[in-house]
Amino acid sequence: MKKTLVRHTRRAALALALGAAFFASNAVAQAAKYGPGASATEIKLGQTMPYSGPASAYGTIGKVEQAYFKMINDNGGINGRKVNLISLDDGYSPPKAVEQVRRLVEQDEVLALFQTLGTPSNSAIHKYVNAKKVPHLLLATGATKWGDPQNNPWTMGFNLSYQSEGQIYAKWLLKNKPNAKVAILYQNDDYGKDVLKGVKDGLGAAGAKMIVKEATYEVTDPTIDSQILTLQGSGADTFINITTPKFGAQAVRKAFDSGWKPLQIINNVSASIGSVLIPAGVEKAVGAITVAYYKDQNDPQWKDDPAMLEWRAFMGRYYREGDPKDQSNLYGYLAAQIMTQILKQCGNDLTRENVMKQAANLKNFKLPLLLPGMALNTSATDFFPVKQAQLERFTGTQWELFGEVISTDAR
Amino acid sequence: MTDSRRTRQIAGLVALLALACALPFLIGNYRVFQMTLVLAYSIALLGLNMLTGYNGQISLGHGAFYAIGAYSAAVLMDKFGVPYWATIPVAGAVCFICGFLFGLPALRLEGLYLALATFALGVAMPQILKHPSLEHWTGGSQGIVIVKPDPPAWTGLGQDQWLYFFTLAWVIVLFVLGWNLLRGRIGRAMVAIRDQPIAAQAMGVNTSMVKSLTFGVSALYTGIAGAIGAIVIQFVAPDSFTIFLSITLLVGVVIGGLASIAGAFYGAIFIQFIPNIADQISKAAPWAIYGVVLIAFMYAMPSGVAGFFRLVEARLARRRAALAAPPPSPPPEFPLQHPRRQP
Repeated sequence: MKKTLVRHTRRAALALALGAAFFASNAVAQAAKYGPGASATEIKLGQTMPYSGPASAYGTIGKVEQAYFKMINDNGGINGRKVNLISLDDGYSPPKAVEQVRRLVEQDEVLALFQTLGTPSNSAIHKYVNAKKVPHLLLATGATKWGDPQNNPWTMGFNLSYQSEGQIYAKWLLKNKPNAKVAILYQNDDYGKDVLKGVKDGLGAAGAKMIVKEATYEVTDPTIDSQILTLQGSGADTFINITTPKFGAQAVRKAFDSGWKPLQIINNVSASIGSVLIPAGVEKAVGAITVAYYKDQNDPQWKDDPAMLEWRAFMGRYYREGDPKDQSNLYGYLAAQIMTQILKQCGNDLTRENVMKQAANLKNFKLPLLLPGMALNTSATDFFPVKQAQLERFTGTQWELFGEVISTDAR
Repeated sequence: MTDSRRTRQIAGLVALLALACALPFLIGNYRVFQMTLVLAYSIALLGLNMLTGYNGQISLGHGAFYAIGAYSAAVLMDKFGVPYWATIPVAGAVCFICGFLFGLPALRLEGLYLALATFALGVAMPQILKHPSLEHWTGGSQGIVIVKPDPPAWTGLGQDQWLYFFTLAWVIVLFVLGWNLLRGRIGRAMVAIRDQPIAAQAMGVNTSMVKSLTFGVSALYTGIAGAIGAIVIQFVAPDSFTIFLSITLLVGVVIGGLASIAGAFYGAIFIQFIPNIADQISKAAPWAIYGVVLIAFMYAMPSGVAGFFRLVEARLARRRAALAAPPPSPPPEFPLQHPRRQP
């Protein structure tokens, strides 16, 4: 009798111990949750980049991002996990992007897609990733359609969207030049109409009075001289130039040479000094205005900026073959920093659901390479991380920031 | 000898077909998707091979027909609500007409001049697709997103598996038709025009008609491939059909083996997988690696993969014949099939 009692107690003790162990292990399991592509040691991200093909100049963005995560891993990773960014070539071809993204999702089983580049490629995979419920984060394209949480809850862009950019020009005009007579030239496609919509939304009711003339061109047009003359004939004193680089250069030159000389607002797509303003003639672009949201490493005022020095040190150590003058290398670094923040916020819950939740939960997140006074914010209904920017004016040799950071509405 | 060879061939085909049917159950969805693309490309390559391999006309613009086929399917599905399976024959018919009409004036152009004319078509196609007058249908530079077709419930297959079998069915139909066409009277006329145009004409072959028809049929095959490709990828945009696609198709035909039906498959496998392998080897210069592989292939197999296999087979047969008992001095076997020039 006694013996059995002892045995019973022993058994009970054993059961208790086992149970405790079970609960303990359960607790550990609950502490860390892993979706596809994540484990105690690794986080797998995927992206497609145009390493070959017509847009291969942007391939450096993928390389600088891989270099950034190499640095993160050398310093212990994110919450102890190494980041493995699998970056594949899509040659800027949509079918290839579909194939490579399917590889990333179905074979490599990445946790999330990060900075897939190009509007056509992202359009091609948009439906697929949302059907598969794979986070499709910080796309390297400016189209406004990426911020649509209602219909595409797994896709979130990064760039200041085209519409936001248009709004910022409008807001500045309303405040600083309310009696402006505005003429607008835009490329007759989704991109041009996207920026135009931003301008019109920003001007609101005043737009009907302020916009005196609109003209369009097709990418196939040889020149846009006649459009510029039409705009000039309208008597406008402000010219919003929504064009791609080749036409941007033509427009800047013609608006000056024809004797019009309006206040020029050049959209960011054509704000490159090297490929637009120099071919147009820099003296013809003095006083032109555009928009910026991160620091320009070629701008002397940031020469000794700590964040810039840190970036230069990174470039020297981890990406020596990259061109330190190329803005894409700063852009990619910035995007990788934001991705790192999202993964940090995920803590030990590395499921696709939580990654998306945290991406939509950036609260007043500041990065030293963004312009001073800027912060990134997202929410479950706001998938536009960058909604602020500052204007800059061309001095004849460089862009110079002026005014304050302008915020747009929730888009 | 020919009888046993025929049986062996048929047995091989049956085994291959069985393997093709088993494949989607053995590999993951992503691989099934890739194999579906291989099948689609093989149709396009067979089409181009009819033109280039059998008829001797070089086309550097077949990507344009691939694009027309893809857009025909996409527009029909997107704007007119036509079911995906019904778009394939329409796409083929549209491309046949386009190819035939393009072939008529192109007839006056020989060799390299035709190559240049088709090159112009290939270069122009993405811009034509972006043209504002067509934008209402084509969606301009944004392209068209296509809904992925669901398999019929009775099959119990996944979407990718279903598309694979759907494509496989088209491959079988088109390859059997193509085989009949190329081994028959018209096929012989095509080859005759390639090798001896004047003699062919003297023999009563309507050269211009056969050439135009070849162009049309070739475009038809490529267009069907484009339509299937569009449905599989679920997206069409002008950037999908750059001149590079045309060049890729030509590479596929030459690597696979000119004037060879089986070559279409080898070429399709090459153009589908070699760029991926090149990308894995080097991010800095994937196309340099691709180029090296291409040169290596052309050096090792100057008549394409199919030609290489033919060569190996012939050598094995000769060795077997030599090993066999001293032959009772057979007369040299006259090839029953029409002699094919090694390209």
